[in-house]
Amino acid sequence: MSFRARLLTLLVAVLLLGSVGAGAVLYAADRSARHEQAQPGGPVVEAGAVSLRTPTGGRELVFRNMAWGPHHDELATVPADRPDGARTASGVQCLRFHAAAGTGVCLQAERGALQDTYRAVILDDQLHELRHFPVDGIPTRARVSPSGHLAAWTVFVSGDSYAGTDFSTRTSVVDTRDWSLQENLETFAVVKDGRPYQAHDVNIWGVTFADDSTFYATLASGGQTYLVHGDLGARTLTTLHQNVECPSLSPDGTRIAYKKRVPGASPDAPWRLYVLDLATMTERATAEQRNIDDQALWSDASTLVYSLPGDFGSDLWTVPADGSGAATRLLSAAVAPAYLG
Amino acid sequence: MYLADRRGTTAPASAASAPGTGPGRRAAAVPATVLALGAVSLITDVSSEMVSAVLPLYLLTGLGLSPLGFGVLDGINNGVGALVRLVGGHLADRGRGGHKTVAAVGYGLSALCKPLLLLAHTVPVIGAVLAVDRTGKGLRTAPRDAMISLATEPEHRGRAFGVHRAMDTAGALIGPLVAFGVLRLAVDGYDAVFAVSGCVAALGVLVLLLFVPGRARATAPATAAVSLRDAFALLRLPRLRRLTLCAVLLGLTTVSDSFLYLLLQRRLGLSTHLFPLLALGTAAAFLLLAVPLGALADRIGRRLLFLAGHGVLLLAYGLLLGPASGGAVALCVLLLHGAFYACTDGVLAAAAADAAPAEQRGAGLALVGTGQALARFACSLVFGALWSAVGGPSALGWFAGALALCVAGAFLVLREPAGDRAPDPSEMAL
Repeated sequence: MSFRARLLTLLVAVLLLGSVGAGAVLYAADRSARHEQAQPGGPVVEAGAVSLRTPTGGRELVFRNMAWGPHHDELATVPADRPDGARTASGVQCLRFHAAAGTGVCLQAERGALQDTYRAVILDDQLHELRHFPVDGIPTRARVSPSGHLAAWTVFVSGDSYAGTDFSTRTSVVDTRDWSLQENLETFAVVKDGRPYQAHDVNIWGVTFADDSTFYATLASGGQTYLVHGDLGARTLTTLHQNVECPSLSPDGTRIAYKKRVPGASPDAPWRLYVLDLATMTERATAEQRNIDDQALWSDASTLVYSLPGDFGSDLWTVPADGSGAATRLLSAAVAPAYLG
Repeated sequence: MYLADRRGTTAPASAASAPGTGPGRRAAAVPATVLALGAVSLITDVSSEMVSAVLPLYLLTGLGLSPLGFGVLDGINNGVGALVRLVGGHLADRGRGGHKTVAAVGYGLSALCKPLLLLAHTVPVIGAVLAVDRTGKGLRTAPRDAMISLATEPEHRGRAFGVHRAMDTAGALIGPLVAFGVLRLAVDGYDAVFAVSGCVAALGVLVLLLFVPGRARATAPATAAVSLRDAFALLRLPRLRRLTLCAVLLGLTTVSDSFLYLLLQRRLGLSTHLFPLLALGTAAAFLLLAVPLGALADRIGRRLLFLAGHGVLLLAYGLLLGPASGGAVALCVLLLHGAFYACTDGVLAAAAADAAPAEQRGAGLALVGTGQALARFACSLVFGALWSAVGGPSALGWFAGALALCVAGAFLVLREPAGDRAPDPSEMAL
């Protein structure tokens, strides 16, 4: 082939491949524009006032609204007893969210010139920003302590490895009374099986608060995950149990709901929802048989709420905590829930 | 492009160039083959870095998966990638189609992986796709470097590899920009990123097929069926053996980038927001310095500059361990780190090309490269363990000491009466 012929071939290929690439981008851009239009049959979402105070007209559920339309990704509320009812959207966008006792933690993306950056915003009961903290990666878990005094968040940090697959987590806790920040729980002393433990591959994620000084979380190291009990004053993490991820403490503080990596399960869907009794350290599977990759929420002393992939990103499901019953869908196109009241 | 068509010492071009023209002389521009291969690498890196840049986001926000499971895979992939490189180098020397065919298969495999990512939605499948991508990378590296070395006059190889590495790095810097540009136009448009990445990768393969000359002779010589044993017998060549030994020795004490950035970030209390910028800083310095330092290697000797590069790395370790802190120190460390790559990455390939016979250039380059890669992998494991035991800064202190010893040892091993400036014609003819 002559040089001219080769150049011509290249030119044709550039045009062809360029059209394919441009087509793919246009198609995706068009699709993302459609996210601004409500899908037929989807939930009704209307702008309105959202407060994190204990509602006077009955319990409410607040969550990130995933339904397409102008209020996509905004915090929204529905009455807890009518989850299919009209949603009230707040105008505040969060990727992950949790709230308790009038304090909210909202993990947000900020559009940057080259790249999105992320921040954790502490909100008051009127969803006004009290303070924000830059975070180092993509948000995944958020929790507020029952008193509303402490907030915790976990982000995924990706080191700049060539394959881009070298992940670690970073978990921070802030005290909203004096704004003291524990930026990285990995700096806490780890006590594993009764002995001090040090490793460079320690990762902590998924805090759930017991009170304003102690919490539970996941610790991973050496390919194992552990349930740890954390002490903020002593700055320690003590392992309690193995194979526990994303713990969630029951309202009475006696049980932990968590995702367990089940041996023998398909490797692309290894996690099942379990509940651990802290007094006896016995665990029990819930009736939910699907793969759970979420930090569950206790809606009351006996019921768990969690997200599963759905038609519009994510749906919320519910299942009894004692292993009985069956999973039922609570809410479609919603993620990161918290109960008000 | 005629230069690429010669093989070994039989072609007229090398006879005309070798002894008379001094190494310091400004020669003609970089061979077209090298520019073409540089363009292929640039385009391919744009494609692969597009994917790398958005993969964490895609897994977390697009698929809702926890990506922690990838850590283990990454380690395995690294080891396999190094071994595949040996296979690639050997196949390229042996096969009828030669280096270009094996390289094209390698680039093609990786290009196929991009559209496959559109279909993969679970961690094991995505992991498998990434593993195939790595295999493609492993296959193509040695034949590509062999082609660069065979297309270039021996006395200009340092600069040629410098040009190639600079183009390669430019691609790595452009890739993430393109990816985030696509995500700007289309929110959550990860499929569009993968599709564009696939198109770009296909273009890279096409440039390789169209503009990189293949093997000149229609048929391989009758004796060309080099066996795998011959590939390892390369270690009987004293120069190559010594070079491999030094690459391994120095690789064992070269702390991996991510550890270095982590230390820098902690030592200087940098916001982790700046973390991606650290790698960018190293890459920018590498990009700027690759060509001038490659040319310098041609003048003062590749092995000398390779050793000096590790001296530069030692300086960076020293700065990290020293009392000074602040942005200026961070900049200096990154500049030194980039200079280290510019002194060693392409320069080692150029030095290895000097030491490996033309018929087994691919296998020779792979041997040195694989030795270095496996040594660095081992180094990461040891450094990680040491970090756990004594903490990051102390671990770096130990490694700085070990690196100093290894540089001294490598200096002794590589010292040769004749030096490596003017390759011995008898060895060239091997």
